[in-house]
Amino acid sequence: MTALPPPSAKKLGLVIDLDTCVGCHACVTACKGWNDQGYGVPLSDQNAYGSEPSGTFLNRVHSYEVQPEQGPAQIINFPRSCLHCENAPCVTVCPTGASYKRAEDGIVLVNEDACIGCGLCAWACPYGARELDQAAGVMKKCTLCVDRIYNENLPEEDRQPACVRTCPAGARHFGDLGDPESAVSKLVAERGGYDLMPEMETKPVNKYLPPRPKGKAEEIDVLAPLLDVKATGFAGWLDRILEKL
Amino acid sequence: MGFQEPKLDTSPNVSDEVRRTTCYMCACRCGINVHLKSGRVSYIEGNRRHPVNRGVLCAKGASGIMQVTAPSRLRAPLKRVGPRGSGAFEEISWEEAFEIAVGWLKPLRDDAPERLAFFTGRDQSQSFTSFWAQGFGTPNYAAHGGFCSVNMAAGGIYTMGGAFWEFGQPDWDRAKLFVLFGVAEDHDSNPIKIGIGKLKARGARVIGVNPIRTGYNGVADDWYGITPGTDGLLILSLVHEILKAGKIDLDYLARFTNAPCLVDGTEGPGKGLLLRDGDGKLLVIDRATGKPAPFDQQGVRPDLGAVHDGHRTVFQHLAERYLADDYAPEAVAERTGIPAARIKGLAAEIAHAAFDAPVVLDRAWTDFRGDRHEKMVGRPVAFHAMRGISAHSNGFQTARALHLLQILIGSVETPGGFRFKPPYPKPIEAHPTPHCDCVPGKPLGGPHLGFVRGPEHLALKPDGSPARIDKGFSWENPMSAHGLMHMVIPNAHAGDPYKIDTLLLYMANMSWNSSMNTRSVMEMLTERDEAGEYKIPRIIYSDAYASEMVAYADLVLPDTTYLERHDCISLLDRPICEAEAAADAIRWPVIEPDREVRGFQSVLVELANRLKLPGFVDEEGRAKYRDYADYMVNHERRPGVGPLMGWRGNGDQTGRGPVNPDQLQRYIDNGGFHVAHVPEEAQFYKPWNAAYQDWAVSLGFYDKPQPYLFTLWSEPLQRFRLAAEGHGMRQPPEHLRQRLKETMDPLPMWYEPFGESAGDAYPVHALTQRPMAMYHSWGSQNAWLRQIHGHNPLYVPTKIWESCGFSEGDWARVTSPSGEITVPVAHMAALNENTIWTWNAIGKRKGAWALDPEAPEATKGFLLNHLIHELLPEKGDGLRWSNSDPITGQAAWFDLRVRVEKADPPGEAQPAFPNLVSPVPQARRNRP
Amino acid sequence: MHPAPSVIVFTVLSGAGFGLLAFLGLGAVAVTGWAALLLWGLGYALAGIGLLASAFHLGNPQRALRAFTQWRTSWLSREAWAAVVSLALLAPVALAAVFGAEPPAALGVLGALSCLVTIAATSMIYTQLKTIPRWNFWTTPALFMGFALAAGAMLSGRAVLAALLCLALGLLLVAAFRLGDGRFAAVGASLGSATGLGSVGSVRQFAPAHTGSNYLLREMIHDVGRKHAARLRMIAVVAAGLLPAVILLVLPASVATVALAALVHLAGAFAARWLFFAEAEHVVGLYYGRR
Ligand SMILES: Nc1nc2c(c(=O)[nH]1)N[C@H]1C(S)=C(S)[C@@H](COP(=O)(O)OP(=O)(O)OC[C@H]3O[C@@H](n4cnc5c(=O)[nH]c(N)nc54)[C@H](O)[C@@H]3O)O[C@H]1N2
Ligand SMILES: Nc1nc2c(c(=O)[nH]1)N[C@H]1C(S)=C(S)[C@@H](COP(=O)(O)OP(=O)(O)OC[C@H]3O[C@@H](n4cnc5c(=O)[nH]c(N)nc54)[C@H](O)[C@@H]3O)O[C@H]1N2
Ligand code: SF4
Ligand code: SF4
Ligand code: SF4
Ligand code: SF4
Ligand code: SF4
Ligand SMILES: [Mo]
Repeated sequence: MTALPPPSAKKLGLVIDLDTCVGCHACVTACKGWNDQGYGVPLSDQNAYGSEPSGTFLNRVHSYEVQPEQGPAQIINFPRSCLHCENAPCVTVCPTGASYKRAEDGIVLVNEDACIGCGLCAWACPYGARELDQAAGVMKKCTLCVDRIYNENLPEEDRQPACVRTCPAGARHFGDLGDPESAVSKLVAERGGYDLMPEMETKPVNKYLPPRPKGKAEEIDVLAPLLDVKATGFAGWLDRILEKL
Repeated sequence: MGFQEPKLDTSPNVSDEVRRTTCYMCACRCGINVHLKSGRVSYIEGNRRHPVNRGVLCAKGASGIMQVTAPSRLRAPLKRVGPRGSGAFEEISWEEAFEIAVGWLKPLRDDAPERLAFFTGRDQSQSFTSFWAQGFGTPNYAAHGGFCSVNMAAGGIYTMGGAFWEFGQPDWDRAKLFVLFGVAEDHDSNPIKIGIGKLKARGARVIGVNPIRTGYNGVADDWYGITPGTDGLLILSLVHEILKAGKIDLDYLARFTNAPCLVDGTEGPGKGLLLRDGDGKLLVIDRATGKPAPFDQQGVRPDLGAVHDGHRTVFQHLAERYLADDYAPEAVAERTGIPAARIKGLAAEIAHAAFDAPVVLDRAWTDFRGDRHEKMVGRPVAFHAMRGISAHSNGFQTARALHLLQILIGSVETPGGFRFKPPYPKPIEAHPTPHCDCVPGKPLGGPHLGFVRGPEHLALKPDGSPARIDKGFSWENPMSAHGLMHMVIPNAHAGDPYKIDTLLLYMANMSWNSSMNTRSVMEMLTERDEAGEYKIPRIIYSDAYASEMVAYADLVLPDTTYLERHDCISLLDRPICEAEAAADAIRWPVIEPDREVRGFQSVLVELANRLKLPGFVDEEGRAKYRDYADYMVNHERRPGVGPLMGWRGNGDQTGRGPVNPDQLQRYIDNGGFHVAHVPEEAQFYKPWNAAYQDWAVSLGFYDKPQPYLFTLWSEPLQRFRLAAEGHGMRQPPEHLRQRLKETMDPLPMWYEPFGESAGDAYPVHALTQRPMAMYHSWGSQNAWLRQIHGHNPLYVPTKIWESCGFSEGDWARVTSPSGEITVPVAHMAALNENTIWTWNAIGKRKGAWALDPEAPEATKGFLLNHLIHELLPEKGDGLRWSNSDPITGQAAWFDLRVRVEKADPPGEAQPAFPNLVSPVPQARRNRP
Repeated sequence: MHPAPSVIVFTVLSGAGFGLLAFLGLGAVAVTGWAALLLWGLGYALAGIGLLASAFHLGNPQRALRAFTQWRTSWLSREAWAAVVSLALLAPVALAAVFGAEPPAALGVLGALSCLVTIAATSMIYTQLKTIPRWNFWTTPALFMGFALAAGAMLSGRAVLAALLCLALGLLLVAAFRLGDGRFAAVGASLGSATGLGSVGSVRQFAPAHTGSNYLLREMIHDVGRKHAARLRMIAVVAAGLLPAVILLVLPASVATVALAALVHLAGAFAARWLFFAEAEHVVGLYYGRR
């Protein structure tokens, strides 16, 4: 049923490092490329070469400007896709059962054959993770590349989401966030990974790693002049420095 | 009603077949796996085993499928039928196209080969295209480097025998501090991102020096929002600080650089040149004996502090210069926009990382003097820079300043620092000098481009006037190692230095984003003389897509897309090497074109065969190569050395070896590339490492070991200065003497960028940046990418935003000394307070690229290029002063000064141009 | 949210329809023959057209039957069931009325209750959405119920009751507008919490994720000009609440009066429902630098 399954032990998801994401949009088009030919109907584009191009994407990268209390403003790039929430409102609102959360690994999917395209699940998602495909009239969302991560036709090393595989900066990590010993869980623990919009009580599986504090390094005092060049003159400086050889 | 999870096939077949080739949505040249379903491209992913990208792809690469299916693809050769610039064409057969081209070119070759100018843009086959031009005999050939980044390339090669990007890379695995000057994206797109990812994962520190804090500068741990054009000052101030504190690597300087060489101090024609012995070897004073000795003598310990007959060492000259108060942080703070304390802080960080925590590898190696070193000691501070310092009129000297800084701390070719990629390092002496000896019906005596060592190598006619149409290697820009693409059309139009007949362009969108002063360039391309003939009589152009430039050609030779042709990414020009490996690659037709298009290189082979160009035909005039693929395999530059290094001979020889007819298949089987690893003991100190030198010779990079010293003091520069002072036979024209004296400084220096002459009426700097998800003009035909960047706002810093009273949705009028645009604005705080900027090349001409005329690229998108002029504002001396670096001729895109005012929103971005007639049918509305 | 005509027509008409059916089911008017056919017909028509309109909002209406499957969890599914059950329960009642037979009273009451459940279920589709704080509030079911009852009372000719309900509805609208304006802030979602970057400093959009448009921008992010909204709110309150009440109370009771009041009321209802959607700020707008 579209009731949520009991929380699974295995919680597959992404960890996105905002300290490292350079905002290159590689994950955006890699995701589009994979899913255009994979799970479900293609991700269509309307008016593709026209005045108002628009299309279905499962992953988008925003850029924000953050002004801290001290120091100059910062630009932080912010990828956004389905967070595979444990408490997924998009699932329970679905009238057809098309939207569901997998019992075995927590991946939230849409069964496109059953989807009537009512849009309600997209309304229920706080994160804008669902886009109704305009050509097919069915709801599209990140599948966590369920057709890659278990795909026996792919070499072991490629059984990871397309966006993770392509991310040049290594800002995207995939793994089991239900297992505290997994690499991703450790990363989250180490770097203080957090939930988006906790007030929505969706309990996202995906986590975001905050940007590290920016600014000048700890005071390093290594530049004490060898000697006062003005007082001793250039010759004095030269003698002194060549002594070091 | 119960619900069961639907049955899911989690192991679908990905495709019928995977073909591995090389990406080409930019010059990074990543390896790709192209998946095919029913013979059509279904999916493209990175090749994990490829040395460049190791499996990752950028946004452009991952949407290559949209490039291959773009509606803007040209379909057949085109003959102009309307007025030039209207876009009206007729599709013709290839045979007719060849006949027209040969009909135009043959008489030129027979009578005046210089009347053909052949310039190439995003060309990845320069060793081939230049070979063709040499065979034709015209001196007028260059690729796009002159308007791109020749300052970076020449600054590096003249200083240390290699430069950033394709000549070298940071030691991503060992650097502890990484300082990035003026880079938004660069050619090494994926490797830089992979590298930054590695640094971040290790917790190494990243610092960005850039007026704009996006992208790499956004993730940097600290940011220096420098005033454009002042990096040289900042860097020399850092040099001042580390010199003052003695935080320099003296041993490295003494052994591996010309710091201990003696500068001739006698007045006269030899002043400022370095002392040499009878064999022409540089002299140093040996500390052991106190006597002069050739620099490369075994056991010599060069003395940095020596004075010999009144001649002092380079080290003393440089230390004296940079210790002066002019370079104190306090003295440069205002100009650079960086407070003195911040400059000191940066110098301290560099010194700390370099000397308090060196990287020591337990690897023994032997230097060129025969001295053995037990360890490799590195200074783990890596720098990288690109067009932010390169695209200014003082960029060459700024690049030199940065290399000076790197060398002073001993971080070039040592662990944790900057590392060359084979076939670099290469001393100036291993490069050719330019050739311009043009004789009708004969090939040129050698390559067009090269590295001049002094006035004797300039490309001048006997009367002293420039021999090249772009005035490359003339007194206006003597060291223009890549030519001056941006001056070709203006000079050809002005008939200065002479008129040409045919302009052959390849892959360069010169009537739009790749030109300065775009509107005038369009006029130059269409202007007629008194006789009613076009001032540039004939234009042949090869493009794969319906770009803006197509409309200005008389004959269009449609190229294939990158998945439909052979290409050769060769060690003879710009290979894909890594610091620890030489590597080259190919492209091959993983799909067949469904249109009447042909790979341009194969078209050149065919033209060469019909024109019977030397190098392409044998003594009897019979064609040597069928097509480009044939050339890639069978051409030999030197015996045993061809375009491809891998699987030569019987397939077991690398670098050198006889032709192997099976070579391309071997490349294809290996994923389209070949890698030859640098032996471990040869991986650092390459310019001086005997093991590396021997390995380089074995691969055919050069024919005997070429160890050399880094050039802190540059004699080629000094030779031009001497000429300007009146020494020597070849003398500069009077109006250039003073400028040559000032800028041809043998030591790195800073001068005000020429753009500053715009004056107080233009108080604001205006820049462009590469968007990571777009490649110049050609990404907008990509249905996915244009949804990401469909138009470009002008980003305005808070100070200007507020003083102009801007709010969201507003438009601005931006005025430079040469033009005016009216465009949408957006606010950005993380920006130098005197700088505005926009994304490069998003703006499109209406009707181009098979886009709807109402496409946002044309109505809201805009080009900053309308404000940039290829000439400096008139000085009242009746001369044309080009907006270029006076040393290399590098186009000074980023010298631009403007003023900004709020404007009433026009209907669309201004200036607007008439709609082009599209040479291809309008696109279908929806996809798929 | 995008004020899609299909959804506005659906909620307004089906609300009025089920409201009317509820009154008819309860035997509010004792009519037979043609009059019954007309009134019951109106009820069924409104409900039917509304439900039909809702199908226009679907990407794949041909699969609409599947919407009946998830009644255990989905309000939309429940609404579908409730609607069908209501219409089915009331069908014999309606037929009886038309043909002058004795309407089975218990069935009528049951049908009326089911109509109310339908209306409640419809409102819960919106109320349940935490992502739209303005909706996720008691005012939403109150409004839906208010509109349905007012229209039902009016169309079934209960002039005084309808007038009172209209006045109450007017007050409710004012309250919903007022309280609704504070809902987003009260929930506490901000660009800071949406990105988690609030702890670093104040966050604003620098560059959008895409210059092109998409489903989210069209569907969830809709700016109504403040001036525009203020005027429409006024119209909604006056047309849906005050004016019909006045008409019903002042003009002589007649079919024409009821029709006039109903038309004015429906116009107000459309205005109010347009605003209901247009002013509903989805938290996803935060990511796009909007509310
Ligand atoms: N304002 C401003 N202007 C700039 C710069 C800047 O920083 N600011 N940068 C400058 C620099 S560094 C550069 S390098 C230039 C770039 O300038 P260009 O080299 O002109 O780059 P593109 O716009 O990409 O144009 C390349 C052309 O090649 C065509 N093309 C693409 N693929 C193929 C193919 O497979 N075969 C053939 N034959 N043609 C193909 C494209 O359709 C396009 O018309 O722009 C310069 N212009
Ligand atoms: N995605 C993508 N990749 C590309 C290209 C592309 O079009 N798209 N083009 C390719 C080409 S042809 C080239 S030449 C390279 C160029 O690659 P980059 O060198 O990265 O060139 P730009 O994007 O022009 O960025 C120049 C940077 O210098 C900064 N800058 C400008 N003036 C100054 C200054 O005075 N001081 C400092 N410190 N910084 C300054 C600008 O803010 C900007 O960040 O990229 C290549 N790679
Ligand atoms: S690919 Fe990686 S670095 Fe690029 S935008 Fe996506 S997450 Fe960020
Ligand atoms: S992110 Fe949105 S679509 Fe994904 S599970 Fe959570 S609520 Fe559902
Ligand atoms: S759009 Fe499809 S998946 Fe979403 S709620 Fe409606 S039926 Fe379910
Ligand atoms: S996991 Fe797959 S579907 Fe989800 S964003 Fe990444 S590439 Fe797209
Ligand atoms: S950086 Fe991107 S576009 Fe350039 S070659 Fe690599 S994948 Fe292709
Ligand atoms: Mo470039």
